[in-house]
Amino acid sequence: MAKSSLDKKFDQIRKREEEKTFSTKKRSRIVNKFLNNRLAVLGLIIFTIIILASIFAPLLSPYDPMRVDLRSMRQPPSFDHWFGTDSTGRDVFTRVLFGGRVSIFIGLGSAILSAVVGIAVGCYAGYKGGWIDVIALRISEIFMSFPQIILVLLLVSITGQSLFNLMAIFILTGWGGMYRLARARMLSLREEEYVQALRSFGLSTFTICYKHMLPNALSPIMVNITLSTAMFILTEAGLSFLGLGVPLNIPTWGNILNVAQDILILQNYWWMWGPVGIVISVFVLCVNFIGDGLRDSTDPSQQG
Amino acid sequence: MKKEILKLRGVKVHFPVQAGVFNRVVGHVLAVDGVDLDIFRGEVLGLAGESGCGKTTLGKAILRLVEPTDGEVKYISQDDNETELTSLEKKDMDPFRKKLQIVFQDPHSSLNPSFTIFGSLQDPLKKFGIKSKEERRKIIGDLLEAVNMRREYMDRYPHEFSGGQRQRIGIVRALCLEPELIVCDEAVSALDVSIQAQVLKLLMQLKKEKNLTYLFITHDLSVTEYLCDRIAVMYLGRIVELCDSEDLYNNTLHPYSEALISAIPVADLDKQTKRIVLEGDVPSPVNPPKGCPFHPRCPKATDICKTEVPTLKKYSTNGNEHYASCHLIDLPEIS
Ligand SMILES: Nc1ncnc2c1ncn2[C@@H]1O[C@H](COP(=O)(O)OP(=O)(O)O)[C@@H](O)[C@H]1O
Ligand code: SF4
Ligand SMILES: [Mg+2]
Repeated sequence: MAKSSLDKKFDQIRKREEEKTFSTKKRSRIVNKFLNNRLAVLGLIIFTIIILASIFAPLLSPYDPMRVDLRSMRQPPSFDHWFGTDSTGRDVFTRVLFGGRVSIFIGLGSAILSAVVGIAVGCYAGYKGGWIDVIALRISEIFMSFPQIILVLLLVSITGQSLFNLMAIFILTGWGGMYRLARARMLSLREEEYVQALRSFGLSTFTICYKHMLPNALSPIMVNITLSTAMFILTEAGLSFLGLGVPLNIPTWGNILNVAQDILILQNYWWMWGPVGIVISVFVLCVNFIGDGLRDSTDPSQQG
Repeated sequence: MKKEILKLRGVKVHFPVQAGVFNRVVGHVLAVDGVDLDIFRGEVLGLAGESGCGKTTLGKAILRLVEPTDGEVKYISQDDNETELTSLEKKDMDPFRKKLQIVFQDPHSSLNPSFTIFGSLQDPLKKFGIKSKEERRKIIGDLLEAVNMRREYMDRYPHEFSGGQRQRIGIVRALCLEPELIVCDEAVSALDVSIQAQVLKLLMQLKKEKNLTYLFITHDLSVTEYLCDRIAVMYLGRIVELCDSEDLYNNTLHPYSEALISAIPVADLDKQTKRIVLEGDVPSPVNPPKGCPFHPRCPKATDICKTEVPTLKKYSTNGNEHYASCHLIDLPEIS
């Protein structure tokens, strides 16, 4: 069969189009961009090291973080006790490792869970609009305008101190930010023509907003998850330092820092609070570097 | 005998304008303000007008991508069953969603960047009962070949394609459920001129092969002349002229259409008419002018135009029906 002239013309167009070699997949472009950001890579490396060290803490340290050893109280750093020991003879290095487990769990866990809540509400409300959106927006405003410290005091006095109460408070105060981010993305995405096309097929709201739209809203949310993780870890440290956070018998970075309340320790035993303070700062800094790297590499306005 | 596929009666789309702290409704954008229109099976009906006239909104109202505020959209099936679409429940719309489809203007936002072509297109097919993956791949592959692309492209991501390719993928999407009517909303406006012509030819070829009807939306009357059987000219949410394509160019009745036609660049110097320059932009559809909506910009406007709204009346040119809404037409009205 003879080819129509239209086919021929299209073949020419196609040839021209194929000469521009197809770029590699979008994913690897983002990865490349991230890897080009030195600080972000450094952050990722240290972040990974700290997390691995916390996970494999029992392999890295012969000590039990809870065991009191009255014969070796308040020893300065030595070969046996890298970060020294505290007032009850517990090895500080071991406690920092084990404390990392809880602190990172609280930070990352609260950030991810508040993201899940925020995304679930924000995607639907942002896409649907109308009264659902208005109500969700008002509720988030209430939670976000409520001072966190008062919520903590309230909950601690009602239910007592516990790790999960603390996480619940973080999620209650944290989901609003994620919700607003997800909602704002959905508001702009829903005008995109591919969304209109999906609607023209009558696909269900759930399929359209959670399956087809959500992946395009994720990158700013990922950035926010990293930044919130850092913030929650700092808040945990601050609250535990004040004795309002996780119960003192569970080692967390904040609880280890708690000893610095004592002026005697603050002045004479720097190793009890110095190293853990540095670890917290370094970890938070790394998480922030990762967040910045993610933001830059996924920012569509900077894609080259 | 010509048979209608869609009958629009008094279709209005008004968007509320909200302002103030309490989001009070302070007015309405009269994006589409009372459109009566019949679309016949197998025709290409052009819908022209400057941007902001409400063409896209009318197209979306037909598919119920925006809900009409008022009026009726009737679909007439091949065996003459009439269904009013705007009053249907969402789920009862499904059989008609298959029949009515749309191709969008902007090739950059018309494809989901996070999914491969197959990934984006398979959900509609699944929904309309094509359960096996092989079958879905075959349908999409065949259609890709029909628009002169390779089957393998279905596993690629949108950013790997050029504007012309994306637009053809948009056509594949519109075709995948074997529709009867396709709204082409400025389907080629964003493309290079050379590629424009090819995509238009492709659309016409597909129309012939698949017995399609097109509602062809454009702001550019130079595209429509050879393409459309009839053309409707829209201004501020209303149809101001509707007639056979030839008659619109040769026996123009409405001053607005005249101005649009005079703006088309003509190669032939003998045919060059005096260009009528329209002053200003389309006025805001929130407070359309009193009287004839076109009067502030109309070169022929008289006193009556400022007070009385002209209605769409039926005339005859070349023995064809010719509708226009202007006070100054001195042809006999026919009923
Ligand atoms: N969702 C919306 N909300 C409010 N106003 C809208 C909306 N969509 C369109 N409009 C307004 O309706 C008018 C017609 O728009 P549109 O149908 O896109 O025109 P066209 O396609 O002819 O350029 C414009 O004034 C536009 O600003
Ligand atoms: S009615 Fe008057 S203002 Fe309107 S188009 Fe006709 S001449 Fe112009
Ligand atoms: Mg438009």
